[in-house]
Amino acid sequence: MFFVFASMAIGGALGVVLGPSPVASLLFMVVSLGSTAGIYVLLEAHFLAAIQIIVYAGAIMVLFLFVIMLLNLGHDYKKDIRGGLAVLLGFIVTGSIGGLLAKQLMASNDALIEFSGSSINLDAEIAEKGIIGVIAEPLFNEYLVAFEFTGVLLFVAIVGALVLAKKVD
Amino acid sequence: MVTEALFLSVMIFIIGTLGVIIRRNAIIMFLCVELQLNAVNLAFVALSRHAGIEGQLFVFFVMTVAAAEAAVGLAIIISIFRHYETVITDNFSFLRW
Repeated sequence: MFFVFASMAIGGALGVVLGPSPVASLLFMVVSLGSTAGIYVLLEAHFLAAIQIIVYAGAIMVLFLFVIMLLNLGHDYKKDIRGGLAVLLGFIVTGSIGGLLAKQLMASNDALIEFSGSSINLDAEIAEKGIIGVIAEPLFNEYLVAFEFTGVLLFVAIVGALVLAKKVD
Repeated sequence: MVTEALFLSVMIFIIGTLGVIIRRNAIIMFLCVELQLNAVNLAFVALSRHAGIEGQLFVFFVMTVAAAEAAVGLAIIISIFRHYETVITDNFSFLRW
């Protein structure tokens, strides 16, 4: 099951990068986000899976789609993938990032296996407080200030977006 | 399971980075940035299974920041499009008008 979702996520991601038009890339992105939500479910993060579908795949992607439609880019099939030097640079940069991360993962593989058997058990906590309670309790106690600041952040973002997108005349 | 999820996260992250570098369309570059954020979220969720619930909380905050960033970024793209009539980044490489 994990590998089905994982291959869909990677296929979707490749589709975003290689997609012929913005709309195709956006639809591939929705596939990728949806299969990531499936992986969240497999990792016992049910609440985040629901949020991922509703907020990310639903709201944010629709916002992108609105902008693509507003700017009338839907039938813009001109190829915009860079060639030559940029592709070379891209492979060098991504290869070095990927190599570094893979090396780190390999080096910490034993630690990760040991870590997988660690004493903190989310399942017991979920059984005690419920799926939402296990996230909500720390969110509204220890991280209340950060949570309130995300409200301020969203407000500032709305005002900023309105000011930026307003017609200047 | 944790290790596989971390490998998947690395792969999605490097695909997103590649997309930011090789595409010219500003909206697709922006989508690739969202892909990178999503990859990091996946790593947080995978590790939170054994390291405690804080990882999932952080994902919650990352999603909020991603929503705010999408709103502001798309507004910037709209105002650039008004001025230059294009979203291909080669056509507005100067930070002035």
